[in-house]
This record gives sequence, C-alpha cells and structure tokens, in this order.
Amino acid sequence: MFMLEKISLAACMAVALSTSALADDKSGLGSNVGLGQPITESDIKPWDITILPDGTNLPPGSGTAAVGAKLFTEKGCVACHGEGGTGGANGAVITDIPLAGRGIEATKTIKNFWGSSTTVFDFIRRAMPWPAPRTLSDDEVYALTAFILEGNKLIPPGTVIDAKSLPQVKMPNKDGFIIRFPDRI
Amino acid sequence: MTKRNDITALDEVAGNGLLSRRLLLRGGVAMAGAASTLVATQGASAEPLMEPEWSRYQGTTVEPMGRRTKHEKDTTRILTNPKGDPRTQHARTPHHLLNGQITPNHLHFTILHNGIPDIDPEQHRLVVHGMVKQPIVLTMDRLMRYPMVTRQTFLECGGNSAALFSNEPVQANLQSLHGLVSNAEWTGVPLSAVLDEVGIDPKAKWMLVEGADTAAITRSVPLNKALDDAILVLYQNGERLMAEQGYPVRLLLPGWEGNMNIKYVRRIKIVDQPALTYYEARNYSPLLPDAKAYRFFFVNEVKSFITHPSFGMKLNEPGYYEISGIAYSGAGRIERVQVTADGGKTWADAAVQGPTMHKAFTRFHIPWRWDGKPAILSSRAVDDGGNVQPLRADFIRERGETQKPVTNPFGFPNQHYNSLTSWGINAKGEISHVYA
Ligand code: HEC
Repeated sequence: MFMLEKISLAACMAVALSTSALADDKSGLGSNVGLGQPITESDIKPWDITILPDGTNLPPGSGTAAVGAKLFTEKGCVACHGEGGTGGANGAVITDIPLAGRGIEATKTIKNFWGSSTTVFDFIRRAMPWPAPRTLSDDEVYALTAFILEGNKLIPPGTVIDAKSLPQVKMPNKDGFIIRFPDRI
Repeated sequence: MTKRNDITALDEVAGNGLLSRRLLLRGGVAMAGAASTLVATQGASAEPLMEPEWSRYQGTTVEPMGRRTKHEKDTTRILTNPKGDPRTQHARTPHHLLNGQITPNHLHFTILHNGIPDIDPEQHRLVVHGMVKQPIVLTMDRLMRYPMVTRQTFLECGGNSAALFSNEPVQANLQSLHGLVSNAEWTGVPLSAVLDEVGIDPKAKWMLVEGADTAAITRSVPLNKALDDAILVLYQNGERLMAEQGYPVRLLLPGWEGNMNIKYVRRIKIVDQPALTYYEARNYSPLLPDAKAYRFFFVNEVKSFITHPSFGMKLNEPGYYEISGIAYSGAGRIERVQVTADGGKTWADAAVQGPTMHKAFTRFHIPWRWDGKPAILSSRAVDDGGNVQPLRADFIRERGETQKPVTNPFGFPNQHYNSLTSWGINAKGEISHVYA
C-alpha cells in the first residue's frame, strides 16, 4: 500500500484477491511477486490492434478501392507515396516490379514480397499516415487496403474488403519463405 | 640502440608479421625474453620536458553531469537523418574511436522509425494479455519492484554491415559499415517472472510485443525465447534507459536482431501464431540469390571485425602495432578469434579478453610487426557452439551479393551479414576496405 497516490485502494485489493485466487496455478518467482493489476480484455481493446494472418482480430467494417482512392488523396498519403500510390519520397505502394532477376538488392514490394494481406491493414492502421498514425477509422483503413490491393491487381475490381475477404486475398509470394532457424521457434 | 629496437628478433606466428598473442600476457614465459625487444625507441630523441600551461592554474568547476573533454568532440555517432525528416533515423557507433567492450550510453547505436517519444513514466502502462489466465497491467513503480537481473549483451540491427553485401567493397569507415551494433550492461526484470504471473495457456507459442512509440512497432517473438533469457530492461550501463533506447522500459532479447528488442514496451499479447508484422514480413526477411527469402532470422550469428587499425587510419611508419577488434555471437560465448595479415593465407590466434560473456562483445588483440609492405588484415571468430564466422566466398555463395556496386554505405541491400571484414594496407600505410 505504498502507492495510494497512484492506485486506488480498491485496485490494490483486487490485486491481492486475484493473486491468492490464482496462487495454486502458478509456479516460480513471479507467482510470489504478484504485482500485476488485473484488467479485462475489453479494457485492453483500444490498444489491441495487431492482426494475425488468419484474420484474427480484424475489426468490423469494410471498404472498397473507390473510397480508398479518394482517402489516399484526402488523408495526405500522396505527399509521401505519390499520385495514386505509385511513387513518392517514401516509396510506391502500388507497383509492378518483379522480385526475381534483380539480385538480393531487389526492391521488396507489397505485391512481389509480402506474405500476408493482413499486414497491409495492420500496418496502415498502426503507422499511417506517418504524421498522424491511428487517426483513421477502421472503415477508412479497409478502404485504403482495398485501394492498394486492387491497384496491385491482387483483388478483382470492386471487391469489398472486410474481416472475411481480407485474409482470403492470395499473395503471390506467400510460399517464398524459408524459416531460418526452425528449432528456435 | 639497434638491439633494443629489434622487434625483428621475434618470430612470426603467421604471415606478414603476426606475432604471438602470448607477448601480451604479463609475466608469460615469452615475455621474459621478448619484452625488452618490444621497447620502442624509434626516431630522434625527445624534447626536454616543461611544466605545461594547464598544470599551473585552477581547473574549471565540476558540473552535475560529467562532460567529455573538447579534445574528443569528434567521437560522435553518424546520423542518417539529422533534420528528422519523415522517415527512419539511424545513429551509428564510432567503433574506430572507442576501445574496451562497453558502448557508452550516448554513443550506443539507435534506430527510430518515427522519432523519439517523450513518455511520462508515471503514466506509462505495460499490459500482458491474450492466451493467459489473468491479463494484468503494470505501472512502472510496480515493475521496478520485481527482482532484477543484470547482464551484458550486444544489440545489433539486422541490417548492420549491409554494405558488405556489395559486389565491390564500399569505401567507408568502420562506423559507417558496422556502426549498428553496440554493447551495454542492461538491468531489468526477467520477462519470465511477469509471464509466470499471468499463467500462459500451454497452447500458446508466440508473443506479440508492441511499443508506445508513434510507429507502435510490433514484433512476434517465440515464447521459447521469451521464457529463456528475455528481460524487461529498465537500466542501461547503470542509469535509467536513454529515451532513444526505449525509456521507461524495453524488451531485451539477448543475441537477437535489434528491431525485435521492442522499445517503450506497452503491450505483450500471448498468441498461438506469429503476426507477420511489417518489419518481420518485409525488412528483416533477407533475400536469397534465388529470390526466396529467409523468414524469422532472429539470431545475429557469430561475427568479428578489426577496429584498430581500420579504414581511414594511417600507419605512419613500419614497426610494432597492436591489432585489436570486437567479436560476438548471438548464439553464445566467443571461444576463439583468429587474425590474418596476409589476406587469409595464414592465421594466428588472437588473445581473447576474459572473462568472456554470452552474447556480449569480446575484445581481441594480437601483436603485429608491420614491415612496410602491403598487407591485408582480417579476423574470424568461433563461438562455444562451434559456429564459425564464414569466409566471404562461402558466405556469398549461400547468401549472395549485389548485382551492382553499392554506392550508399548507409543503404540496406540485404540483412544479416556476418562474414569477414578485410582492411588492405598499402606501402604508404593507408588503409582501404578490400575483399580477400
Ligand atoms: C509524411 C510521409 C508519409 C505519409 C503522409 C504517409 N506515409 Fe506511408 N510510409 C511513409 C514511410 C517513411 C514509410 C516506411 C516506413 C518504415 O520503413 O518504417 C511508409 C510506408 C508505408 C507502407 C508500406 C509500403 C511498403 O511497401 O513497405 C504503406 C502501405 C503505407 N505507407 C501507406 C500509407 C497510407 C495509406 C498513407 C495515408 C493514409 C500513408 N502511407 C501516408 C511515409 C508516409
């Protein structure tokens, strides 16, 4: 109870309760420490943004390339990724350069390299637009994802991208990877 | 005079003047006979000594934060983005100007993808959730109360030394070529203690670790590693973490690629599959010559390079020099380092600075008599798992080299280079970067 100024008494008691309730299930040093404060998954939700390749954790919502194309200009993406996403100071997000035949220094693009379509959604939502990340709505992220996938001819024109359709997008280089040290995983 | 000068009396242990490392051991058998022959008295006799100016007046006042002498003001990091333009920023450690094994905090390499966040430790929270019995959140005050451990370990960017994938040697100094690795003493809470507390589902295999930085960098880490030697780091070389190193708390995965050592950790989610986040799906999947790519490389494999002498330095006269460098392995402890002065025709064992530590810098030394003729210096390390630093020809055969010469030493044509670095010395004593 050294921390009353920061943590309410109720919270401290909750820690104490949960620690004793779980005591039987734990082993090792950590169980004796028990300083973590219990929290529910729903209270973590605002931070829980990582998407898994099978689509786990994709939020509700949807978008199409037509909407995404407008957002790409409105949200300032063009400033760094060029008109229509085909160039710019920070690289094209829509481009058709091949991977093979260009040596180990070949440019890795979404189309020629990325192994999972979910990474496009995850990265835009997490880190773009660069100057103001995590300001886009989920619908906007779906639409920008659709715009990039459609521009790269990875989905047929007009495809609605949502939690169901996104993980099903076939990425050309999906099987292009070798696990370096399988025994470490 | 000639007799005391005569280091030529010492026998070479390998071509082009490499001498026995035993000369470096105090009181060693070889020393008794050899010490006097190493005493340098070359050139004209010295000037008479005088009382210098600075010894005669009171010095300046001591300040709360120690300050480095102005004579060493050039010992700084090289920056790739000094104005903070909207792109990644790199700062490289000047290994050619440092010695020993610990990298001072202000010279530790760093890479930031969207600047250095200014995090209030009172408000920062670390949450652990996912496939666990009880999700928890920790304040920094609470985290600081866990039992802590201290260890030395190097941190290396997966893209360090990338310019050496060039099909022609890039003419750049050690700092430019190998400055994205550093070594520090880290103190913090073993991650296993915190994971123990939440009760991990036996079906879980990975954890997703995420930072509170603007880029919210996140990586998938196998739970095997998390429970083995991962640390939630709070202190760097005895003081709280530098802001650019992840203050108030960063993940340390000893020996594993820098980008995975998530800074500003705010969330750990226990899961059953990796996420293929941006940096693991793209940047840190090195391309192979057949256009396949390695995924989940993780380990920074055994490696070494000579720091003294190195590119850009000049040997002013023939005679005695010490060759010294750094060796490390993300898979274990450095067991042996060999050095060549004739471009790999013959090798000699260097003295390895003990006590050697797992996954930490190990300095090596070997005495050398330069005869004033062209020489090629290189080093090669072996770790206690028997992993040997690969020769360039072997490395390139497996991992490839660029089609066109690399022009920017700070570019990243590929990742995870751990082959040799060779310094070519010409008859004038000038040092260039060569492939041998
Ligand atoms: C101020 C410049 C800037 C703006 C504006 C910006 N980006 Fe980016 N973007 C970057 C940088 C820099 C990177 C590389 C990030 C890195 O390497 O860490 C990047 C990377 C990306 C990537 C990954 C591309 C690849 O092939 O690796 C995608 C996708 C992307 N941005 C989408 C967007 C979208 C969508 C927007 C608008 C909502 C946007 N960006 C706005 C700077 C910007």
